[in-house]
Amino acid sequence: MATPLKVERYTRASRIALPVVAAVIIAAATIPAWGSSSVIKQGVTFLTLVALGQMWNLLAGYGGLVSVGQQAFVGIGAYTLWVFSEKVGINPFFCVPIAGIVAALFAFPTAGLAFRLRGGYFAVGTWVIAEVYRLLVTLISWLGGGSGVSINSARGFSPTTRQAFVFWWALAVAVGSIALVYLILRSRRGVALTAIRDDEVGARSLGVNLTRSKLWVFVIAAFGTGATGAVIYLNLLRVGPEAGFSLQWSALMIFAVVIGGLGTIEGPILGAIIFFGLQQLLADYGTWYLIVLGAIAALVVVFAKKGLWGAIYRRWPADLLPVRRRLCLETVCFPEEAPPAQPPQYPIVQADNLSGEQPPAPSPGPGA
Amino acid sequence: MIWVNDIIQGILLGGLYALFAAGLSLVFGVMRLVNLAHGDFGVMAAYISLAIVGSLHVNPFYTILMVMVVMAIFGYAVQRGLLNFAMDAGPLQAILATFGIAIIIQNVLLERFTANSKGLDAGAIETAVIKLSNQVVIGWFPLVTAIVSVIVLLGLQFFLGRTRMGRAFRATADNQRAAQLMGIDNRHLYGMAMAFALTIVAIGGVFIGIRTTFNPSAGPMRLIFAYEAVIIGGLGSLWGTLVGGIILGVAQVLGDHAQQGWGILVGHLVFLALLAFRPQGLFAKQVQ
Repeated sequence: MATPLKVERYTRASRIALPVVAAVIIAAATIPAWGSSSVIKQGVTFLTLVALGQMWNLLAGYGGLVSVGQQAFVGIGAYTLWVFSEKVGINPFFCVPIAGIVAALFAFPTAGLAFRLRGGYFAVGTWVIAEVYRLLVTLISWLGGGSGVSINSARGFSPTTRQAFVFWWALAVAVGSIALVYLILRSRRGVALTAIRDDEVGARSLGVNLTRSKLWVFVIAAFGTGATGAVIYLNLLRVGPEAGFSLQWSALMIFAVVIGGLGTIEGPILGAIIFFGLQQLLADYGTWYLIVLGAIAALVVVFAKKGLWGAIYRRWPADLLPVRRRLCLETVCFPEEAPPAQPPQYPIVQADNLSGEQPPAPSPGPGA
Repeated sequence: MIWVNDIIQGILLGGLYALFAAGLSLVFGVMRLVNLAHGDFGVMAAYISLAIVGSLHVNPFYTILMVMVVMAIFGYAVQRGLLNFAMDAGPLQAILATFGIAIIIQNVLLERFTANSKGLDAGAIETAVIKLSNQVVIGWFPLVTAIVSVIVLLGLQFFLGRTRMGRAFRATADNQRAAQLMGIDNRHLYGMAMAFALTIVAIGGVFIGIRTTFNPSAGPMRLIFAYEAVIIGGLGSLWGTLVGGIILGVAQVLGDHAQQGWGILVGHLVFLALLAFRPQGLFAKQVQ
């Protein structure tokens, strides 16, 4: 007798979440019509932070590539915006995808060098390459040199029109980055990436081409980061090498992702909210927000690996953006939507546990 | 002859980079941790020296011992209090924790000492020179720095090769679990490794603070130079690191000579070229 087995991804939570998310996006899109200028500006800051976080999470959380050189692509995006809008004469709002493509092109030689290094040395390697890009921009006088350049063409629009378009672009890169990561993870390549995240050696033994998967992730992350960089500087209208290629961009995305939850889609969104909230709360105290966020991030990464979303997920296991597959037999699915709150008890004495290590936790993490 | 002068200056500068790199190399060798806050620890040491000079009104040279002690205690505390747990959580988590520390140090220094560049004033030695010819002039201070660097590296080699704790360091570097079975308390040992690394960084931080001005965001550049010296020389080779530092120093000085302001970029490009053609470094002991 054939058993009707099927693979499911949607969960009860996601069936409720998707329409809610859609409603929130539509509501957000109307903000330029009624929000004040400062609300719109803050909105752009927040939405671009979400996009940067998603891209860094794709890189580090799924690709296992801890880069502290992603500011390279923010800077490249910003300068591409300037070159194409001021020197070529393209409408600055059309330059956002171009910025993404140019950043992706720069990602190939960057990866070619940085991929020769592993782990922490890879991290510093990407940082050195970002420094090289910064120094090149500083030294090339055609790009404005050390004093930076202004994106004047965007000033041709009325402030209301410009702000509205910048906001919609910011919303587009935020939603687009979430959708991109979501779709990648649900694809065949996403399965490979999830496998890499969980166990590199295991993934390779199952035939996953690590280098190709990682290169792919690196290029996509560069594309998203570059496009977001262009949106950020459509908002700021002035870019210099120090600011565009600043390490602060890496701090921003890393802290948001780590606090929210590395290796989950929902985590970086939550992290961006916390980052943004603390930044606003401590706005009058100089750079103290970075000190506080740095401390929180360092503690979270050590003592709560899966971040805040991981903690929430353990309590209320609901996949809002489900990417994991569940095997269903008639009405029973595995893994269950709500695993038991308490893990099964292990016997106190175990003859085979001589190393004194804890037995492995039986419940899989989010998105496993 | 002017090139000879440049090369000598580059070699002396390379000694300073090697001093910074030795601490980075030690931490990576013993516990496989790339410390992204390494450069910021050096800048922190310079600021501690500055604070001591400010209250005691002494030559910064006399503060070095005190700065070394403070940094050693700080290093041990950070390792035992946070980084040991971070390393338990995973290699990725450990890197990110050091990144958090780096950003915290940079911004605490910024809040405490402002973004203005500061310098340590060591008096007459800073400008004293040995004139070999009209074009070859060696500054006393760079010379002293390079000699101190070599002495520190020799001391480190003696420590790793001949002392009980040095043996424990090497054993842990080779096989952490086996070392543990031999009765080595690796949590304490990691704390000691970080303490040693920061002691060396304290020396480097004060010397570089005398040589050039510094500000709270100077750390990343120090880290990057140290890192380039390590990779050029090859992982796990102390004297390779010295050669790496010298290659970097010479490249920077010659680059700056050829085109004012291009020195640092030329240094990076030499590093990237080596990475492209000889990724294992010049004197690698083991393939990473």
